[in-house]
Amino acid sequence: MPEQPDSTGRTMGKVRRRLDLFLVITWLMSVAAVVTLLWIVVSIVLPAWPAIQKTGLGFFTNTAWDANRDRYGAFPFLVGTALTSLIALCIALPLGVFIALFLSENFLPLGVRQTIRFVVELLAAIPSVVYGLWGIAVLIPIVQKFGGLLSDRLGFIPLFKGPVFGNSTLTASLVLALMVLPTITAISRSALVAVPKTLREGSYAVGATRWETIFRVLLPTAAPGIVAATILAFGRAMGETMAVAMLIGNSPRLSWSLLSPGGTLAGLLANQFGEAKGLQISALMYAALALVLLTLVVNMIGEAVLRHAQKVTAGVR
Amino acid sequence: MKISLLLGSAATLLAAGTVFAAGTQLQGAGATFPAPLYQRWIAEYTKSNPNVQINYQAVGSGAGIKQFTQNLVAFGASDAAMKDDEIAAVKQGVVLIPATAGSIVLAYNLPGVTELKLSREAYSGIFVGKITKWNDPAIAKTNSGVKLPDTAITVCSRSDGSGTTFVFTKHLSAINPEFKDKVGEGTSVTWPTGVAGKGNDGVTALIKQSPGAIGYVEYGYAKNNKLTFASLENKAGQFVTATTASGEATLATTKFQGDLLRAWPSDPEVKDAYPISTFTWILLYKKYENKDQGEAVKKFVEFGLTDGQKFAEELGYIPLPKDIVDKDLAALKTVQ
Repeated sequence: MPEQPDSTGRTMGKVRRRLDLFLVITWLMSVAAVVTLLWIVVSIVLPAWPAIQKTGLGFFTNTAWDANRDRYGAFPFLVGTALTSLIALCIALPLGVFIALFLSENFLPLGVRQTIRFVVELLAAIPSVVYGLWGIAVLIPIVQKFGGLLSDRLGFIPLFKGPVFGNSTLTASLVLALMVLPTITAISRSALVAVPKTLREGSYAVGATRWETIFRVLLPTAAPGIVAATILAFGRAMGETMAVAMLIGNSPRLSWSLLSPGGTLAGLLANQFGEAKGLQISALMYAALALVLLTLVVNMIGEAVLRHAQKVTAGVR
Repeated sequence: MKISLLLGSAATLLAAGTVFAAGTQLQGAGATFPAPLYQRWIAEYTKSNPNVQINYQAVGSGAGIKQFTQNLVAFGASDAAMKDDEIAAVKQGVVLIPATAGSIVLAYNLPGVTELKLSREAYSGIFVGKITKWNDPAIAKTNSGVKLPDTAITVCSRSDGSGTTFVFTKHLSAINPEFKDKVGEGTSVTWPTGVAGKGNDGVTALIKQSPGAIGYVEYGYAKNNKLTFASLENKAGQFVTATTASGEATLATTKFQGDLLRAWPSDPEVKDAYPISTFTWILLYKKYENKDQGEAVKKFVEFGLTDGQKFAEELGYIPLPKDIVDKDLAALKTVQ
């Protein structure tokens, strides 16, 4: 049977050919994205190789980073990266989930909720360096003022041991908390909104109050989504550079106290790369590799959990 | 090293392009510390030599040496001169020209304390992390009459690699064996105590933010930002404030070995010499493949060493003593 032109006069063959071309282009583009990622990893691994050979896995456990003596241990920076990100999450998670709850329920008229949601998501649009400046102007004086109180009362806990510095792990963590708040709020809100109506109605039907419904039905159902939000926020916090470098005090010394200066992998790279030479470049590349792999793994876990969460809620519906 | 190859060919293209343009184009890159002075030289020099275009990029000493070694620039600049192995890597040969000099001051933040004298024991002790309170006897001893608070000392240092750190740690290593053993000298070291910020501005911000802070910054930078800084005890036992004159006295003690103009007056014995003053270098090739470029660079540097020195003081640098200018000019003649 001869092919019939469609209403616009094109034959299916033409349409298909055009589709094929489009397919090839999209296919090439997505391959390019994957290749770029591999390319980045390879171009980090190659210059890092001398340091990988020289320091091996000891790189991650050694506590001394002495560029002038060619001794490189990234342990303090790993601790700093983990510590700042975890504390930021401890602050941002409850805050973000409560905001998300508030925005997904109908306590306020829709218009007001939309505005609040917009403002919280706008927090993500503020450049990192502006967060850093804000931290210098606002957070550092606060930490200087109340840090003393904290170390006087709770100084027996290693986390709050004095002396108190304005540029400290705590200051960096506080600003990170603010920076990851939009991520947590946005993803948690979508998870909460995606909870099927039937579940809520069922809960009311068996006589649960609104708060019982929220805490016993909505939050548990949305939990995988909230976990995914947290993990993605964790990834973002670990990679954050500028604001942290401006506030953390950039000390390569290992310290468990939140009130003393620390350092993160990202901050280390930003600070030292410009003037590095010889093995130091290689060691910094090794640190970059560690950072890339860490954030990659964390983000992959986050994505996986998020996908799983969406499947679960889809099943209930 | 594909990227450097690419940049290299780009630079060649640029250089080739200038042949067709009316004048010569000179690219320089390196240390940030002398950048304001070099920019001034460029502005003044090109006023009377409009056919030459000079562009100086303050990318840092390390990056300056890198670009110079890779032939990406007509001249480099470094606060730490060049090491022997770095010089050996440049096949056209290297001529080091001490171009200007500066002092490193210890700026502090102690409300109400406008004058502070720090003995060698005191300031090296602070930076090695041994002296932790402002009312420590080692500080109080030389500051009778000054009310020193019972607050903790916050040491502020550079978080990035820096020629300033190199010169300061070299000096501390020379006067304090414990520092030499524990920290050592280098453009990037691990300080035993305190916080670190990026660049002179980062350190300055840290000092201004935290009462009880002390940090090392360039004299010109401290002067422009109105920081208070301490007088330091020199090898002769005198307390000397950083000024142009005390810096000049230090530079005058420099002894170069042979033809290579590379030395650090890291601890002069002269009575009125400031203990931490240093040169910063312009790096030239011994042989320029492009003769026009070589001549243009030589003329520009000659201008900087002679007429250019008069801009040094107002910008916070130390003008070079005459005998060093003479040595520089002699060295400049060896450039082909």
